[in-house]
Amino acid sequence: MKIVVCVKQIQNPEIPPVQFRVDEEKKAVIPVSGLSPVLSPYDEQAVEAALRIRDAAGEGSDIEITVVTIAPAGARAGIKAALALGADNAVLLSEPTFDGSGGYVTARNLAETIRAIGDVDLILTGRQAADWDAGVVGLGIAEILDIPAITFACDVQVTDGVVTVQRVLEDGIETVEADLPALVTISNELGKVRYASMRETMRAAKKPIRDWSPEDIGLDEAQVGFKAVRHVLERLYIPINDIECEYIEGDTAAEMAASLARRLREAELV
Amino acid sequence: MTENINGVLVFVEMVDNQPVELGLEMLGLARRISDSHGGTVTAVVFGTNLEGVGDNLIAYGADQVLINDNVIFDNFHAEAWLPDLSKIVAEVAPAIVLIGHSLSGTDLAPRLAFRLDIDVATGCESIEIVNGRPHMTRSCFGGLAREVVTFNKTPAVATIRSKTQQALTPMMERAGEFKFVSSILDLNSLRSRVIKREREKTVGVKLESAKIVISGGLGLGGPEGFNTLNEIAELVDGAVGASRAACDLDWCPRSYQVGLTGRTVAPELYLAVGISGASHHMAGCGNAKTIVSINSDPAAAIFKSSRFGIVGNCQEVMPALVEEIKKLKA
Repeated sequence: MKIVVCVKQIQNPEIPPVQFRVDEEKKAVIPVSGLSPVLSPYDEQAVEAALRIRDAAGEGSDIEITVVTIAPAGARAGIKAALALGADNAVLLSEPTFDGSGGYVTARNLAETIRAIGDVDLILTGRQAADWDAGVVGLGIAEILDIPAITFACDVQVTDGVVTVQRVLEDGIETVEADLPALVTISNELGKVRYASMRETMRAAKKPIRDWSPEDIGLDEAQVGFKAVRHVLERLYIPINDIECEYIEGDTAAEMAASLARRLREAELV
Repeated sequence: MTENINGVLVFVEMVDNQPVELGLEMLGLARRISDSHGGTVTAVVFGTNLEGVGDNLIAYGADQVLINDNVIFDNFHAEAWLPDLSKIVAEVAPAIVLIGHSLSGTDLAPRLAFRLDIDVATGCESIEIVNGRPHMTRSCFGGLAREVVTFNKTPAVATIRSKTQQALTPMMERAGEFKFVSSILDLNSLRSRVIKREREKTVGVKLESAKIVISGGLGLGGPEGFNTLNEIAELVDGAVGASRAACDLDWCPRSYQVGLTGRTVAPELYLAVGISGASHHMAGCGNAKTIVSINSDPAAAIFKSSRFGIVGNCQEVMPALVEEIKKLKA
């Protein structure tokens, strides 16, 4: 069975907000210097979901896990991280012509890559990338490939050509199944991911990475990057909403609590 | 001269045969857009036992209501809803399609966009029409930034965050018409099957409609920290929320999660207890009227958004606060 996990490497989303800056003129994020990119956390959980499926199948299973990423700057940190976690091989779209973001173009590039890999049974993605937070690429790939998609998974299992997914609802959990091939997007409720073991990290250096051109995925240059982008980023900014905080003082917790309760009553909040 | 646009279609989600608040908020937005830029407001509802919903949505701002009343639509299932919704959107051909930024809406909207070969902006907080084009402002980078996007194709699909728009005051005398549409869904075409649904029972006030929300995070030190939060919620008729970190540790039900991938609340008072104020959390509570926070770290980001703050150990302050609020309520 072939599993493809689509991953993205991004600037660490856990940096202190004061370090996050944008260039409004260029409408771009200013990278924090000296900071290594990380796998988008939801994508890391998608890799984990694939590894759990392989673990469940036991030793000697025929499950092959391929990670796919678009990284026009040639940056490989994302796939290296995924390979060190245990994925078997990777496909990288690194040519500059792939530059230019947007859900529509990204989904098509990934869908055509998956088609070119061939005979893929299960595609896993994060529920959204933790930079632009759009959450459209996974569903877009499924629509383009005309396969079923199940979103916001917290558990994924595969038995006899059927994927069974527990998915998160606002007020509970739903169990949904689909025949393979299918696509599943993974939510943070999947839980803790494993650490890369020393053994896998060593092995990862030798795992095959295929670097594909637009031609390799059956598209021409005008279809894969900036030229194909259909949205216009009109503005990118950081909203300012700092307000003056009135700190409630007191020598003991009880004093502070009493003082806060009084202020809340004065402000007619309780 | 104002350039006119070709109307707004609002997909209104139903829960227990009633339109959700977010649906009414989006109708308010659609009405404001149409009043200044022309076009009609079409509301679309899927569900069962939908008598009366037509008049109700007209009162909230719709000119036209399309009702797809069918037992298939009793529970949300994106794949099953897509053929009918795609057909309706193609026929109405509005300039903008609004869908709620709920888990259902975020499951549905990208599918709709790709199926119709149009584009979608998720998690929008506002839409302005500039030179006849919708400019959609959405939160990104975990709530740290905002981007404004426009699309080259119409209609533009946008999912709208809860509590970012004002619903209109309903006017029963507003004119409009509603009609029932029939489903084109072929059940045999479905490739995914819902096997089971387990819903948590909501005790007390719903998070989204609570005037007071008390949320807990890692600073609570463990699941027992939620006891004092529950006590206060009961005393003030509020609801309890949580940070993602607390939910991920199973300190509370996952449905408590407020934030980017959880629920969005905008209460009069948001009491953040032991929550540092990471941007992905603020994405779910930043529109609260007043934020009050208790945190042991004086540098916690949450204080930057707070009207009142206590720098202190919340495990000590909270039991004392319960006693003080009991006195107030006595």
